[in-house]
Amino acid sequence: MADGLYFVLMPARTTEQKTVLSERAVERTLKRMANEIVELNDGTADLIIVGIQRRGVQLATRIVALIEETEGVEVPQGSLDITLYRDDLQSIGPRPVVGRTSLPGDIEGTNVVIVDDVLYTGRTVRAALDELADFGRPARIALAVLVDRGGRELPIHADIVGKQIDVEPGSRVDVMLEETDGKTAVVVVPPPDEDEP
Amino acid sequence: MTETLGKDLLGLEPLSSEQILLILDTAEPFKEISERAIKKVPALRGSTIVNLFFESSTRTRISFEFAEKRLSADTVNVAATGSSVLKGETLVDTARNLEAMRIDMVVIRHGASGAAQFLAERIESNVINAGDGTHEHPTQGLLDLLTLRDHFGDLAGRRVCICGDVLHSRVARSNIWGLQKLGVEVAVCGPRSLLPNAIDEFGVKVFNRIEEAIEWADALNVLRLQLERMTSGYIPSSREYNRVFGVTRERLDRAPRDILIMHPGPMNRGVEIDSDVADGPHSIILDQVTNGVAVRMAVLYLLAGGKPELAEAAKGGSERRPSGPKMTEAA
Repeated sequence: MADGLYFVLMPARTTEQKTVLSERAVERTLKRMANEIVELNDGTADLIIVGIQRRGVQLATRIVALIEETEGVEVPQGSLDITLYRDDLQSIGPRPVVGRTSLPGDIEGTNVVIVDDVLYTGRTVRAALDELADFGRPARIALAVLVDRGGRELPIHADIVGKQIDVEPGSRVDVMLEETDGKTAVVVVPPPDEDEP
Repeated sequence: MTETLGKDLLGLEPLSSEQILLILDTAEPFKEISERAIKKVPALRGSTIVNLFFESSTRTRISFEFAEKRLSADTVNVAATGSSVLKGETLVDTARNLEAMRIDMVVIRHGASGAAQFLAERIESNVINAGDGTHEHPTQGLLDLLTLRDHFGDLAGRRVCICGDVLHSRVARSNIWGLQKLGVEVAVCGPRSLLPNAIDEFGVKVFNRIEEAIEWADALNVLRLQLERMTSGYIPSSREYNRVFGVTRERLDRAPRDILIMHPGPMNRGVEIDSDVADGPHSIILDQVTNGVAVRMAVLYLLAGGKPELAEAAKGGSERRPSGPKMTEAA
């Protein structure tokens, strides 16, 4: 109710999406993240980059390519689909599309870096940690995200952050990548129209 | 994207091609889970599933049980022998008593056609038909489709012939409906006495000679010849059946192309199929068994979220975040 009243008093509320990272900015940010990953791990030994389906996988691929450019080493890469580890199947029903999980060999004793596009509630990362544990016991797991939008519901934080932004609840952060969306950008989309008067 | 299965899986006849493809596509990632060292994901943790088998079954029951356990569901097996069914309890009473113990799903195999639907209309739990009389065996049909798709890629325009006792076979019915919905040309082949009188109404080709079927088909689905059919006068003898309709090495060698050989099991080696065919290079019989677990996991997973009240709850905004067109909102 309070929200409704607020909106009535604010008739000229903007619905335009705002670009927070342009294509160039995404490239620059990923380059820095790739460097930080190597720095954090003190090299590329025992390093595995694991992307969370779907855009985390594309980001992981880009980061692996960037690390190869600077270090001359092709770091093993994997992908995780956490759909079956979600904690909300019983309340919202299944996600129709379950993606593929594949890890490059044994993760026992390795340094895993989980890569995802947006860090929000932390529930996806919680699920990813559970799933990784079913494959083995890495020496260390770190988290790298392109965007940290705040709003955590679990005690989880990212080790490497591309961009930190404050986004009001209800807004959406869309990460678009050339590979899946035809263009690269990070935009904040305000709540949809039906919330407005 | 928003395609769902609804509450129950009773057969392939009522499903749309989109729903069938949803199950097959969902089954793909589930294959990988069975290859892991820890073959388990928590998707159905806390769900209770009862496997209610009024007819004997090894493959189907174990396959369902593996599927349930690999999704972390709690399972109970009830067989007709050793249960109150022997004391004369009706199907509905058995199911209602189980439901009073707060179960979530029932997998039922029953000798009467329509038993699964009868049950589905009377209980709240999800019902999965694991074979009802001579009606349908939908998960077998689905695993056959998945196995064929693995080998052919796109199924449209392929030719599949179902051979043998079509009259008594629920596998044949599920196959015919499922294959046709995905654009496959379907034929049947067998002695006239083992084909339904109204076979024309299925819209399938009919071959009276196995040689013609082999010349035409890309894949044969060889049905089990139930031995009790001989005593009831459908065929003269199993030896004669093998001589006229058996899928043999010699016959396959004359095929104009490589043919895939499927069989829903259990096989009568030397009757409907020869050993060197069943174990030969064109046999995908064990692939069917492997895929059976993945397909059943997919069905269980999709139905678990398919309860009408859950779908309502999902629409009614229990979701914290508005779901955008893209799933970029990774938390």
